[in-house]
Amino acid sequence: MSGATDTGDTDAPADLVTGIVVPIHVEYEYTAGEAASRFLSHIPERRLVGQRHGDHGLVYVPPRGSDPANGEPTDQDVELTDQGTVTTFCIVNVPFAGQAVECPYVCAQILLDGADITFQALIQEAEVSQIHPGMRVEAVWVDDPEPTLESIRYFRPSGEPDATPESYKDHM
Amino acid sequence: MANNVAVVGIGQTKHNTQRNELSMPGLVREAATRALEDAQMTWADIDAVVIGKAPDTFEGVMMPELFLADALGAPGKPMLRVHTAGSVGGSTAMVAAGLVKAGVHERVLTVAYEKQSESNAMWALAMKIPFAPPLVAGAGGYFAPYVRAYIERHDVPDDIGIKVAVKDTNNGVLNPYAHKQMTVTYDEVRDSMMLWDPIRFLESCPSSDGACALVLTSEAHAASGKLPPAWVHGMAWRSEPTMLARQDKVNPRAGQECARDVYAQAGITDPRRDIDCAEVYVPFSWFEPKWLENLFFAPEGEGWKLTESGATSLDGDIPWNMSGGVICSNPIGASGMLRFAEAAMQVRGQAGAHQVDGAATALGHAYGGGSQFFAMWIVRNTKP
Repeated sequence: MSGATDTGDTDAPADLVTGIVVPIHVEYEYTAGEAASRFLSHIPERRLVGQRHGDHGLVYVPPRGSDPANGEPTDQDVELTDQGTVTTFCIVNVPFAGQAVECPYVCAQILLDGADITFQALIQEAEVSQIHPGMRVEAVWVDDPEPTLESIRYFRPSGEPDATPESYKDHM
Repeated sequence: MANNVAVVGIGQTKHNTQRNELSMPGLVREAATRALEDAQMTWADIDAVVIGKAPDTFEGVMMPELFLADALGAPGKPMLRVHTAGSVGGSTAMVAAGLVKAGVHERVLTVAYEKQSESNAMWALAMKIPFAPPLVAGAGGYFAPYVRAYIERHDVPDDIGIKVAVKDTNNGVLNPYAHKQMTVTYDEVRDSMMLWDPIRFLESCPSSDGACALVLTSEAHAASGKLPPAWVHGMAWRSEPTMLARQDKVNPRAGQECARDVYAQAGITDPRRDIDCAEVYVPFSWFEPKWLENLFFAPEGEGWKLTESGATSLDGDIPWNMSGGVICSNPIGASGMLRFAEAAMQVRGQAGAHQVDGAATALGHAYGGGSQFFAMWIVRNTKP
């Protein structure tokens, strides 16, 4: 049946201008805001400080200023460590423009100890075949951390025994 | 009392890697012209236009609805633009249907498109955010970890994604508008490059240029089209935050709640029994078993069994993605509307070689963002 319908798809005539490349450049001012500023101010001390709403809120890192479940401000700081657990991951084999690392590499969801949400991070200093859910990892910092998350170069296995599945199953 | 909504015209472009012979206005007009022709209407018959597409950064054209107004016959008429990431094609159809349902307009043209050849979606989705760690994987890299989590959580055989890819890709050959026109075997899919392990190249959607259009009317104009209309029996949308602690990205709550809502409106209590076929947003083949569970076609952890048994094949008891789905064509902004359109084509009996015999009730589904925007509708060949 393929081709039974005239779909109208035709080749462009040879003299048709089908496209021109116009690079665009965007420059903008970014206001980090109160919550992110508080979080970032601890990064030069190699400290990861999450935030929660009230005494019993879920702990967000990096914090965005409010608890998405109720819109309330994350007004309390919660000191975390720079260690955590891989909850799930993929192995990236596809190169793309601007890629900073060599393929294959592992992109993982990491649950920092004491946090309630995972974040996406790069895992290095391990064979990709060794990486698995429950694996314990630690941050590798740049020599002179500045107030940006780029101060964490990547995470690597910490050598601790695996975390139990129960400890991260609700934090996918 | 809300008005009934009828789908009286359906049009789409041939989807392809590059539709170089068409400008963006030409692309949307090709789909819109076909929908009007199917509706046996002219531009003058249309009261309002609703257009949707994915993020503007995809083509680098800000507010494209402004420069597309002429091509869609919109000057002098109301025109709205909708955006809800990858689910936008579904949401756009729903905004248009809502205008009819509410009695605001009688005949609405709705169009959704993407011209990915004029863009770099990978770049558009990986722009550097100040103070944030560099995003290291693109869209496939974002979803692949949750596919792995699905496989591990339910101990799923690791070749279900291959089986879905074989089914959908081969369905696409039956659809002359589909981008991918290739038959594939199990071995070919298995041996294709592992892009974002566990997702392979042939288990992934292509990057397409394409558009889709629908003409939606009130009951007064429901007999306008070449064929009897598809009637909208339910429509629902839901969202949830992108970054919510303890959120389940394998089986998202927003998807479940959206499905419950649309089924309740349409009187569906057992989706597998009550729905004849479904066209569901599956950009990576592993999303079929995930969504079979999220949409209650199977109990949690058992969606893959439906796929494995052949139930979702064109000749199965609940065909999914008869058109070849997103695995075969992915003009991102249009992809959701194409799912809604295929559902309507099925109940109107106009799906050609991928027609499900006697389809009377069909589901169209779209999702977007980080699995946090959902849009669904149920259409039938009978009036509500």
